[in-house]
Amino acid sequence: MKALYFAWVRERIGKAEEEIAPPEDIKTVAELMAWLSGKGENYAAAFAHIKTMRAALDRMHVKHDALIRNAREIAFFPPMTGG
Amino acid sequence: MGARIFVRVQKESFDVAAEAARLTQGCTSIGALVSFTGLCRDEGGVLAALEIEHYPGMAEAEINRAAREAASRWPLEGVLAVHRYGLIRPGEPIVLVVTATLHRFEAFAAASFLMDYLKTEAPFWKKRHLAGKGAGDWIEAKAQDHAAAQKWRA
Repeated sequence: MKALYFAWVRERIGKAEEEIAPPEDIKTVAELMAWLSGKGENYAAAFAHIKTMRAALDRMHVKHDALIRNAREIAFFPPMTGG
Repeated sequence: MGARIFVRVQKESFDVAAEAARLTQGCTSIGALVSFTGLCRDEGGVLAALEIEHYPGMAEAEINRAAREAASRWPLEGVLAVHRYGLIRPGEPIVLVVTATLHRFEAFAAASFLMDYLKTEAPFWKKRHLAGKGAGDWIEAKAQDHAAAQKWRA
């Protein structure tokens, strides 16, 4: 699946997007964040404040307990500051 | 009849009067038109620009969702929203919301709802660029904005 990162999540990880292939036992957004955190120091820094992290599956806001199922795109970003 | 909905996410600036005219043109049933424009402020002279990042595709989709929800809550004739991204300097407009209705109450309420929703649900992020210092910090989400959006869910 495609992972997208925005704002300081993008800056800390050092890339805007990438293809990821999580193991099959990763079912929820929270589990995916924990798995990504283990990919390196940059990921650990990006996901350090997990409670404030927002996520979207196929461009819809979701909570951390949401099931990933066969989503094609997941995005991680800080709380939004538009308007 | 459903409300006419116009949503755009763009780099370029916009003209408030020209955008408002999109809603009123050929639509003489409209009795009230409310527009809100959010501008980039200089924060006492320290801010050189705001850099606005967005999630292409989802940004448009979220604003459209908000516009449709506004149209389901109030009898709107039309609603228009434009949100910019990229580097925006103090004095320039960032966001525009225009609502058109028969009477003023619904136009004010729907415009207020849309702005509260945009602030907390539309995927945009602002970074400060400071005068003489270049890129600075990311602006943090305000609890006050979150509370304003929550009140519509009550």
